[in-house]
Amino acid sequence: MEQLQDSQLVRNYIAGNEQALEALIYRHKQRVYSFIYSKVLDRDVTEDIFQDTFIKVIRTLKRGRYNEEGKFLPWVMRISHNLVIDHFRRNTRMPKFEERDDFSIFSVLGDSSLNAERKMIKAQVEEDVKELINELPSDQRDVLVMRIYKDMSFKEIAEQTDVSINTALGRMRYALINLRKLVEKHNIILTE
Amino acid sequence: MANVYSEQLSDQKLGPKDETISFLLNYSKALSVINCERLQLESILN
Repeated sequence: MEQLQDSQLVRNYIAGNEQALEALIYRHKQRVYSFIYSKVLDRDVTEDIFQDTFIKVIRTLKRGRYNEEGKFLPWVMRISHNLVIDHFRRNTRMPKFEERDDFSIFSVLGDSSLNAERKMIKAQVEEDVKELINELPSDQRDVLVMRIYKDMSFKEIAEQTDVSINTALGRMRYALINLRKLVEKHNIILTE
Repeated sequence: MANVYSEQLSDQKLGPKDETISFLLNYSKALSVINCERLQLESILN
């Protein structure tokens, strides 16, 4: 089998001799693989293109569409060359980023939604804060709730509680100072 | 003498994995083309 020329091996393969294909692949695998690798410089991509090249070779030969005028190896190289071009065209539209020590694509593409653990922590923190707020004096608690939870302006808060804006601001300030004291007193860690 | 910092090329020759070759040979054995009037139908036998 090793002594036969490519053209004879191709004819044998078309006639149904599967070993002829094996001989052809083993004879040319290194040339074809090295050619693809020299273009794409990536082992995995090279492996894929090498495989696609020979799938195309197999299908064309089995369909009886191989033109015997050309030589086998240049024909295979042309197929792999076209597949390399397809690969680069596809990658221009959809660039591939690899994980490296100095760059991770996930540092750019973050998943903003919280995972189950973070959701639980967030719910726990919110619950702790609500309990702390309930320990505040009522005038400070009202201002803080209106400002933070109801998103009201200090002008609106002042009108609602019938005090001046400065008083509302002062109550808010003391509400926050007292909240910090309560956090320290209860030794609560409010972080996600 | 200056140090050579370029990456040493491996002596090992570039080539496809054995699995890739094996896949191709199995694919070839499994693929059959059926001529049906003007149509060519491909089928893969598992």
